[in-house]
Amino acid sequence: MIAELGHFSLILALGLAVALTVIPAVGVYQSRPLLMNMSGSLSAGLFVFVFISICCLANSFLTDDFSVDYVARNSNTSLPMQYKISAIWGAHEGSFLLWILVMAGWTLAVSVFSEQLTTDMRARVLSVLGVLTVGFLLFILLTSNPFDRTLPVFPMEGSDLNPLLQDFGLIVHPPMLYMGYVGFAVPFAFAIATLSTGQLDSAWARWSRPWTNVAWAFLTVGITLGSWWAYYELGWGGWWFWDAVENASFMPWLIGTALVHSLAASEKRGVLKSWTVLLAIFAFSFSLLGAFLVRSGVLTSVHSFAVDPERGMYILIFLVLVVGGSLTLFAFKASKIESTADFKASSREAMLLINNLLLVVASAAVLLGTIYPLFYEAMNDGLKISVGPPYFNKVFVPIVMMLFVAMAISPVSRWKKTSTERLLKSQVIPFVSALVMVTMAVIVFAKSIEIVVIFVNTIAVWIIISLGRDLYQKVQHKKAKIQSLFKQSMSYYGMLLGHFGIAISIIGVVSTVYFSEEKDVRLEPGDSLTLSAYHFKLNKMLRVEGPNYLADQAEIEVRKGGDFVAILRPEKRFYPGAENTMTEADIEVGLFRDLFVALGEPLDNGAWAVRVHYKPFVRWIWFGGMFIALGGFLTVLDRRYRVKASRKVTETVLVGTAV
Amino acid sequence: MKPTLLIPLVAFLLLVVILAGGFQLKDPHILPTVLINQPFPEFELASLHGEETLTKQDLIGEIALVNVWATWCPNCLVEHPELMRISQKENIPIYGINYNDDPVKARKWLRRYKDPFKKVIVDDKGRLGIDLGVYGAPETFLIDDEGVIQFKHIGIVDRELWTNTLMPLIDQLKRVKMKKADLSSKIDIQS
Repeated sequence: MIAELGHFSLILALGLAVALTVIPAVGVYQSRPLLMNMSGSLSAGLFVFVFISICCLANSFLTDDFSVDYVARNSNTSLPMQYKISAIWGAHEGSFLLWILVMAGWTLAVSVFSEQLTTDMRARVLSVLGVLTVGFLLFILLTSNPFDRTLPVFPMEGSDLNPLLQDFGLIVHPPMLYMGYVGFAVPFAFAIATLSTGQLDSAWARWSRPWTNVAWAFLTVGITLGSWWAYYELGWGGWWFWDAVENASFMPWLIGTALVHSLAASEKRGVLKSWTVLLAIFAFSFSLLGAFLVRSGVLTSVHSFAVDPERGMYILIFLVLVVGGSLTLFAFKASKIESTADFKASSREAMLLINNLLLVVASAAVLLGTIYPLFYEAMNDGLKISVGPPYFNKVFVPIVMMLFVAMAISPVSRWKKTSTERLLKSQVIPFVSALVMVTMAVIVFAKSIEIVVIFVNTIAVWIIISLGRDLYQKVQHKKAKIQSLFKQSMSYYGMLLGHFGIAISIIGVVSTVYFSEEKDVRLEPGDSLTLSAYHFKLNKMLRVEGPNYLADQAEIEVRKGGDFVAILRPEKRFYPGAENTMTEADIEVGLFRDLFVALGEPLDNGAWAVRVHYKPFVRWIWFGGMFIALGGFLTVLDRRYRVKASRKVTETVLVGTAV
Repeated sequence: MKPTLLIPLVAFLLLVVILAGGFQLKDPHILPTVLINQPFPEFELASLHGEETLTKQDLIGEIALVNVWATWCPNCLVEHPELMRISQKENIPIYGINYNDDPVKARKWLRRYKDPFKKVIVDDKGRLGIDLGVYGAPETFLIDDEGVIQFKHIGIVDRELWTNTLMPLIDQLKRVKMKKADLSSKIDIQS
């Protein structure tokens, strides 16, 4: 009964989404504010019904209602409670319900935080968000209903959630990722709404910017969490695999990064506007493309959802309608957009344009690598090939290197015009000091001297020095230096933090790639091995029992030069419900290195195959990601995005006193 | 309207054509019919272990799985425990094709994760992969005792595939073989 209620609220939500699409649009067409303003309550209603629906699914999971097919496939009576909740988005149908909830949430947020928008604009934006929601709801109702029953014969026990997914990572990674993916619908809706009016002013950029930054920051968090999760859960110590689905989240991120930057130019200087609109369309299109790649089964990947050609076809048609439609609109309307300002080749605008071009080329390279197998197949009469990480490393790395160099130089550039000579001269000292610092550090601390490591880390340190110097120059001539630190805008600090995060990630990536060490050995209890400066000793093997698994657990003592470092307890788990074994690695976490131990297979005489990794600076990759996201969130706190709201308040106060 | 503004739209439509094409070609429920019931292609390639050269003759003799894998393929690691189980518990030999890979890395990989393969063919140029119509790794072929391809699977081999598809197919092949043997022994007696 409860499951049917959930299904029914989804259908009601579809009705509300249709209303949200049509009514405000009619209001705009007939200039009737009453109809336009209905968008607010319709958005609220839409959110409420989608929320009820997901609560019903949660109820089915918590009450172990295995007559619901989706629950039977992804849960089990002995599954711990937190995973019963997160199992809601553990497979295709439920995760798409989460996607819709996030979509409804963003729509509601736009309708609530839209004081700055005119009534007309707000109605247009919400109508666009409405039509997208209609598409998503139709998809889930027609092809992927999570409330399908298996009556009259239903299993007494569920087949359990995939053990890989029984982890903290599943609880947080998909919601964050979807906040980002779906969040790009908001700048998309702004872009379409603005194109439909034909008036592209910088007000549009100012509206879009905070929304874009938040969505992009969420996506950053999602990708970072995904990378961290893969690292500790998949048990082979990698943190990025150029897997099709990883690429599917990385492409919108790259385009989103370009958008975040070009919006800055559009807002502040009124340039690059039609380009920015195009990026806003592309960012969301890549999110949809990602959904297509993951859920249609055209590409195989670790994230394989249950494959169904019908679903793929639906998403492809939806993609054609949404993206094709918006690009057609763009083609007809964008010629009316005119830049209101001009800029020189060495200005900050030009630097942002270089950033944009490089990011777009980088995402095109990733796209090519991801769909090339399909392309080749189409061209060569079904001949099939594949490209692996070698392609991505060869093509992607040089592009981002250029990007990083531009990043180091850019803070010095100014709007409109910067003298090229000044720009280059100012870089000599930061670059040379970075080079010296990094070379010394590598000579002192590293085992071997790698030119690539020195080169790349120099760029990273150079970026950090440039940022620090820029902040210093902003306050050095002020009398009250500390106060003027507080006077800098939040979006400036967001930029500093974001770029700082990139530099941190660069250091993490290059150090991990070049200085990691690993060993695979056969260990009997009492045996030990040495890796880097660390000494690992297998004390004993234990049998432990978890809520829904049995495990062999090793107790490994780690010492460095005789000093105790840690006891690590990696496990090999067997999940009877899913008939699956899982390697649960144990990691000694540190700021400058991780020690990662995973159990392989049991061997004869009570011995085990054991794998040990030494991973220097690996944490920095994710710390950097978190800094980047924090920077994105910080820009939203900038005062100028609340200016009109506060003015409204003053007006009411004035009216109040007048009365 | 400026014609240059149409570029994004045109590029997008091209992409859709590719996606739709790939989609048609690669419906995972439909097997590429050209290969089914065809003999396994001829080849002459090095073995990953030792000096010997492997040919099609090495695969013939019993019902077996042929698994296309590589060290750069994370999914190969995902399916690895199931391959280990099949080779040990189910007593079905598995031949590996190390596809577009570095043999040194491949040997290291097998040492690290254990080797489920009876023999491993080195296909570092991807020639055999082309003959087999390999889309990517992993892919798995089921061949009968005469080396005829009976089934092809794209993507990981898991317990579900084993129970629902591979095991029934293998049982059926065995039954057919027994019937044939039965029949021929009867004919022998009659003659």
